[in-house]
Amino acid sequence: MVRFENVGLRYGLGPEVLRDLSFRIEPHSFQFLTGPSGAGKTSLMRLLFLALRPTRGLITLFGHDIATLNKDAMATLRRRIGVVFQDFRLIDHMTTYENVALPLRVVGQEEGSFRDEVVELLQWVGLGERMWALPPVLSGGEKQRAAIARAVIARPQLLLADEPTGNVDPSLAQRLLRLFVELNKSGTSIVIATHDIALMDQYDARRLVLHEGRIHVYE
Amino acid sequence: MNDDVDAVTAAPQPGARPQFVSPIVPKGTIAGRALVAIVAIMTFLASLTTGAVVLVRAAASDWQSEVAREVTIQVRPVGNRDLEADTSRAADIARRFAGVADVRVYSKEESSHLLEPWLGTGLVLEELPVPRLAVVRITSGAAPEFQQLGRLLAEQVPSASLDDHRGFVEHMRSMGRAAFLGGLAVLALVLVATVLSVTFATRGAIATNRTVVEVLHLIGAKNTFIAQHFQRRFLGLGLQGGVIGGGSALVLFGLVEFLSRHFLGSAAGDQFGALFGSFSIGIFGYVAVAFQIALIAGVTALASRRTVNRTLETFE
Repeated sequence: MVRFENVGLRYGLGPEVLRDLSFRIEPHSFQFLTGPSGAGKTSLMRLLFLALRPTRGLITLFGHDIATLNKDAMATLRRRIGVVFQDFRLIDHMTTYENVALPLRVVGQEEGSFRDEVVELLQWVGLGERMWALPPVLSGGEKQRAAIARAVIARPQLLLADEPTGNVDPSLAQRLLRLFVELNKSGTSIVIATHDIALMDQYDARRLVLHEGRIHVYE
Repeated sequence: MNDDVDAVTAAPQPGARPQFVSPIVPKGTIAGRALVAIVAIMTFLASLTTGAVVLVRAAASDWQSEVAREVTIQVRPVGNRDLEADTSRAADIARRFAGVADVRVYSKEESSHLLEPWLGTGLVLEELPVPRLAVVRITSGAAPEFQQLGRLLAEQVPSASLDDHRGFVEHMRSMGRAAFLGGLAVLALVLVATVLSVTFATRGAIATNRTVVEVLHLIGAKNTFIAQHFQRRFLGLGLQGGVIGGGSALVLFGLVEFLSRHFLGSAAGDQFGALFGSFSIGIFGYVAVAFQIALIAGVTALASRRTVNRTLETFE
């Protein structure tokens, strides 16, 4: 599904923040991406959701070498990836329902075809009563769940979550982890970037550990 | 952000079906009023220019056709020749010429009236070598050979000359052309100023909506989708400004047309009428202004789309 071969990344003329990364993410797999602060987790996540291009090496995504893709093809690939941003990135002038439905609207689906599905998902993540609310009035946990719902509504093949439990209490973190596990069981590959050891200890999964820009894989 | 506040406070009834009603690009994040004002002013100026060009061209065309229906024979007093006899002979030659409807010889009194503005009243023409004039009216639709008439006059009445007003007509034509080109230049400047204003407004809107644009980009929206939403919003603003500016110009033209009709018969009204005819820009003028409104709105939309696309090109 995802293949990195000797990937390196530097910002401008600065030092390499990621060095010689070689690993794969298989279909239906579950992995944590971890490492100390500043190890390059967010940079690697940005490479995975195509917000950055590597300065060297090869990245293939769903069988496509991303170096050869044009803007439209990149956009089409992004639709197969769901992303939960660390800062949620919900759109403030849209209701929770609209934020969650946005990926489906972007691909041109008629509202009649997705309304029930969005409502059902919102109820499943516990936001059934908050679908009319705007993000500024949601709590941290509600925002987190709305961001997750938006990431999974289009049934992505790969879900990337950057510090999804960073802003929530331990019990909610546990519930969110269960949500990711359920999604993985339904066929989505999951990558959770976190430095929360307690969270990783709750679920036995593959670990990708970043240290000083290099990756170590623990199966 | 009023829309947002409304959405927070105006909670729907339980059981109501949710709907995707929020625009992708929120209204409050574009300097809409300022842009509408700029587009309105630009359209107003462009419409005034268009109206003025239409009026000048129509007036020049009227003057041309009026002048082109007549030519003038001038008979100069030369030596011992009989000026009266030469004048009537020249008039006879013209009358017999094909394509001439009528020849009217100006009497001595009429000639002295013509000179009054320069020489004052009580003029005794016999004391001055004043030429005599004969106005030759052309049959409608005919195109007489004026060169041949001129030759005939030169052969048979050496003191007579024919003035077909060609120089004046040429002058009118070049004036009409210059007015038209000037109008086009003003319109081009207005369009450039509109494009620049919209470009700055779009950049501002993108900067304000950067999170929205980034999120759309990262969830797989193609650049065309994002640009389309900005374009739609700016098209609305462009149309709004265009209708206000163009509409104001049309109201102004209508008002002046009404007033010119109202004062018809007064000295000022007559002078105005002599210069600009009925002071009506006509159906062509109104259509041209309507076209301009659409053009400026279209330019506004396209300029915003181009700016969004160029900005999105910088995104990975």
